Amino acid sequence: MSTVSPEATPGSPETPSVERTYAAYSRPFWQRVVLSREFAVIALLVAAIVFSRSQVEYFDGPQTMYYLFRDSASVLLLALPMTAIIITGEIDLSVASIVGLTSVSFGMLHDDVGLSATIAALLAIGVGVVCGAFNGFLIAYVGLPSIAVTIGTLALFRGIGAGLLGTESRTDFPEGWTDWAKDRIVEGQPYPMVLIPFVVLAIAFALLIHFSSFGRGIFEIGQNDEAAHFTGVDVARTKAILFVLSGAVAGFVGIYLTLVSGVARAENATGLELSVIAAVLLGGVSIFGGRGALHGVLAGVLLIGVIQRAMLLNGQTINVINIVIGVLLVLSVMSTSLLAASRRVLAASRGARSSGGPSRSAGKRLLS
Amino acid sequence: MSAATPSRDGSSLGAAVGALLKSREVAVAVVLVLLIAATTLKSDAFLFSSTGWRDLLLTPSMLVLLAVGQTAVIITRNVDLSVGSTLGLTAYLTGRLFIDTSLPIILVVLAAVLMGAVLGLVNGVLVAWGRVPALVITLGTMYIYRGAFLTWAGSDRINAGDMPRAFRDLGTDSILGIPVLTIVAVVVLAAVGYYLHTARGGREFYAIGSDPDAAHLYGLRISRRIMAAFVLSGALAGLAGAVSAARFGTVSSSVGTGIEFEAVGAAVIGGVAIFGGSGTVWGAALGAFLLVTINRSLPVLGISDFWQQAVVGALIVGAITLDRVLVRRQEKKLVAARDDAGSSHAGPPTREPVVATTAPGSPGASAPGDTSSPTDPQEGTR
Amino acid sequence: MTDATLVLKDVAKSFGSVVALRSGSLTVHPGSIHALVGENGAGKSTLIKIVAGVHRRDSGVFELKGEAVDFGSTAESKAAGVAVIYQEPTLFPDLSVAENIFMGRQPLGAGRRIDRHRMYAESRALFDRLGVELDPRRPARGLSIADQQIIEIAKAISLDAALLIMDEPTAALSGVEVDRLFAVARSLRDEGRAIVFISHRFEEVFDLCDTVTVMRDGDYVSTKRLADTTVDSLVAEMVGREVAELFPKTEAEIGEVVLDVRDLSSVGQFHDVSFQVRAGEIVGLAGLVGACRSEIARAVFGVDGYDAGSVTVHGRPVPPRNPRAAIRAGIAFVPEDRRKQGLVTEGSVARNVAAVIRTGLAKAGLLTSRAENRAAAPWAARLEVKTSALDMHAATMSGGNQQKVVIAKWLATEPELLIIDEPTRGIDVGTKSEVHRLLSDLAGQGLAILMISSELPEVLGMADRVLVVHEGRITADIARADATPENVMRAATNADPEHAEHTEHTDHEGAPA
Repeated sequence: MSTVSPEATPGSPETPSVERTYAAYSRPFWQRVVLSREFAVIALLVAAIVFSRSQVEYFDGPQTMYYLFRDSASVLLLALPMTAIIITGEIDLSVASIVGLTSVSFGMLHDDVGLSATIAALLAIGVGVVCGAFNGFLIAYVGLPSIAVTIGTLALFRGIGAGLLGTESRTDFPEGWTDWAKDRIVEGQPYPMVLIPFVVLAIAFALLIHFSSFGRGIFEIGQNDEAAHFTGVDVARTKAILFVLSGAVAGFVGIYLTLVSGVARAENATGLELSVIAAVLLGGVSIFGGRGALHGVLAGVLLIGVIQRAMLLNGQTINVINIVIGVLLVLSVMSTSLLAASRRVLAASRGARSSGGPSRSAGKRLLS
Repeated sequence: MSAATPSRDGSSLGAAVGALLKSREVAVAVVLVLLIAATTLKSDAFLFSSTGWRDLLLTPSMLVLLAVGQTAVIITRNVDLSVGSTLGLTAYLTGRLFIDTSLPIILVVLAAVLMGAVLGLVNGVLVAWGRVPALVITLGTMYIYRGAFLTWAGSDRINAGDMPRAFRDLGTDSILGIPVLTIVAVVVLAAVGYYLHTARGGREFYAIGSDPDAAHLYGLRISRRIMAAFVLSGALAGLAGAVSAARFGTVSSSVGTGIEFEAVGAAVIGGVAIFGGSGTVWGAALGAFLLVTINRSLPVLGISDFWQQAVVGALIVGAITLDRVLVRRQEKKLVAARDDAGSSHAGPPTREPVVATTAPGSPGASAPGDTSSPTDPQEGTR
Repeated sequence: MTDATLVLKDVAKSFGSVVALRSGSLTVHPGSIHALVGENGAGKSTLIKIVAGVHRRDSGVFELKGEAVDFGSTAESKAAGVAVIYQEPTLFPDLSVAENIFMGRQPLGAGRRIDRHRMYAESRALFDRLGVELDPRRPARGLSIADQQIIEIAKAISLDAALLIMDEPTAALSGVEVDRLFAVARSLRDEGRAIVFISHRFEEVFDLCDTVTVMRDGDYVSTKRLADTTVDSLVAEMVGREVAELFPKTEAEIGEVVLDVRDLSSVGQFHDVSFQVRAGEIVGLAGLVGACRSEIARAVFGVDGYDAGSVTVHGRPVPPRNPRAAIRAGIAFVPEDRRKQGLVTEGSVARNVAAVIRTGLAKAGLLTSRAENRAAAPWAARLEVKTSALDMHAATMSGGNQQKVVIAKWLATEPELLIIDEPTRGIDVGTKSEVHRLLSDLAGQGLAILMISSELPEVLGMADRVLVVHEGRITADIARADATPENVMRAATNADPEHAEHTEHTDHEGAPA
């Protein structure tokens, strides 16, 4: 069948006398690991933990890590699909509203309709899937900009929740379920139950993003969606799937938040989308798309969690903590440009003697 | 040569009427009038009572100011998410200045505007010279500004008694039946609208948003314009902060939360393209007016006002979807027109078919952070 | 002769490790239309962009009107009286035609407010002078390339530039439009302006220009009066070697029909396109820029849709608008724009080479870099891609090497049919002949190849059969033995609808073997 093979044809005048071979990597393993953005975030996380343990009173107490994980769980979970979405160059501002809506759905389906908690939970996740599919359809198939669509659905989904439940709330949930949300995996250890589904999902997303053909497509879309299309990547379908996954995970988080707080309300998780996006960007994902890794993102989420907890224990208010997070976010995204700028300055000073009017900045892609 | 040109002279009456009907501003205004009419039919007081009339005009003034500033930023292909936090911070500053100093009202308001402008300048500098998308920068400064506000305020709250009577009266006073704050908003709107439409600098805002690469080739001062847009947005958020203090008589810790999305939503509903280059402040102001009026109409119309946010969301999604449908239809028409022009000629066809869908700047193709950074200050400014 | 308007001498420019311009020289006098010719990649565009202030030269002399200049931005060059008309117009799609002409220098009325009436009137005056009818109020979005070009020219005239540079302005224009453009250029010359004209069409160069400068591989070759030279000697200087050497096409056995395209149409682009490509055959698709050659290829491969017609490979229909299905059917597509469509420049060599075949590399759904590296290495070696390691980003490589990566990526799919759009655009001469030899080898092994090229010598040298496209229709089907530059160009420029009706259905006979 095939007419072409990598082995050079015998008769060809171009048959290379020696087969060209290639190294797999241009840098040794340790350099690739250590000189990455993700490693910097992880190092920062470790430093923050070490510092907090030694300097912050009660940080090494038995409750600290438990609450750290329990409170970070929502952001950890939502960051998984958000990472993939931002790598494709899109954004989902509506996740927290989907969380609110699924929380309302779960509460009402269980308390008002009288469905069992299991059925109600499944249907609530279904609501999340529908919300995500709605976003995905408009963005991937109608071709609307995700930032505009999800600003709209941010209001829409939250608004439906508010319309259904108003300022009321639902609090009647099976005890077994609410206990589960607060239980620890092993009594006496700081790991809440929610870490089990999180770890499962994290592994699934890591495989999806970093070890699958679909995941390669995610990166290619973010780097150059036209080339991805020319290579046979189904750009629209990939994006739509990611938004549906985002809706499904948000649905799960909606149920988790409802159970852990014991209250289903429309306002649940208000503003959480910004925490998620901030953590993802802090974790080294490029807002331009095409670059990022899940381990960096998870470290980013935990870094914010550790800083929050340590500063709270230290008597700081949530406000100062927000300032710190904001500054971290701005610095982390500026770091790339700052590095590039300093490199340019260095190069320019080096190149200045070589010619009259030099410019080392590679020509900007303007034409052709 | 220009067979596809719709009309030789746009000033002909038919074309003018057609353009008017197609204009987004008119469409939003019509919806707004219908909404007011329907609500008034249900309850006369909505329009014809003195407070009804006043509230109708007064309530949108804050969001109109924010939407005007936001529009200037969005037109340059950026976005400012920090306006809500800026508004909170400047509202608190207003109250604080009244408590701690005895400055005259006008200076206090100016201080709020100035503070807003400085916060906007920080955004502008970071975006224009940091070469980082505005979405990320203003998300960061949104946290920072709100954190600064709340840290400064602590558990304090500015109450009505803390501010001079004359200032609070501004929030309710009217001149010739039109509330003072509405007049302020309209004056700002007119000034910014006039600048964007008739000044060279204003047109450059549109050019930069329409095609940053072309703007670079034209040699436009991109960084400077982008900074100006952010300073304007910040200053208007500062003014909105003072307006909010006067209007509500109090400053709580939650003032301005979430309003950045409403401002972006108002602009989008009013026909401002999220990826820059087109739209007017008039449309954005009408969009803001519509959003606020929906909030107030729903209860009158017998719909729980808890649904208002959902209606707002549906409006935003509907508006951008409609835009896309219209653009698609127009592109199809253009392509078909070329085909006709090409085949109707017996001789060599006079025009080259072009793929209309590859027109630069078509919004669907780009991601929030387009790789060709709109804020590229590279050589244009150095 | 008066003093020169523009003097460039030994100007050099590199981008990273890629040398775009080694030693460019150009002297243009007022009242002269000066042709700048050379093959793609000869450095013409880089030279022009240095004059335009887009790039800064690394070294060399650059004088304008007798003064040494060094433009750091396009604004500086514009202020100094340089106007450039690029091949691809750069307009603001949302703004009106008039504003596109006058952006940043709109006529002002009272209170520094833009005087729109005057702006429209001045635009109309410019269009009248150019002999076009174009509404200055309409937005630039949706204009044809020709109309966009007119706006660029109007802009240049309104700038009152001393030096006007036109970079292949006629590439997308029809005969009438070209005549009009030339009339404008001549009147500007008679006003004493200096004009630089870049074109690949020799008849235009001889028709319009008085002087010609030839460039080759980033170097200056010669400057002559056009009256003293001939097309043949210009070509010889441009190419710098015998044309025949470049195209080592070997005879191959033509087999059964692989690709069969019937009555393919897309509104606004191409109409009733039918042709076949057989195993072992190289079919050249020739035509002017804008004739929709690439659009046909894109529709066949399925990255774009089409409105009517059918595509079959080995008799099996290929569903429309589905590149994956096309790949499964055995089609490979090396697109026109390497950096935007061909590869992901931010991606590594290995990932690019394995991009299409990677689904098959996954084990239990899991794909590792190791598997990609292992699969990519032999193909990179086969194409002799020059890179230190497989994880190097494609962005760091030269154009020729990038093209090899793209070809490797598609050969890795072991295709039945290779569609290759502008196989050697913008790559160095050495790599060029490697690519040609490779295509020849592949055809010899029985691969069906559809090659689109704007370089006539390449088409004539490589193709067993030449299909000529004009205005979205196939206007000629010429066998290798009969193909001459003249008959191909005639079919490409001067379509006779009657003629097209007869020839667009190919007579299903393979090219003479």
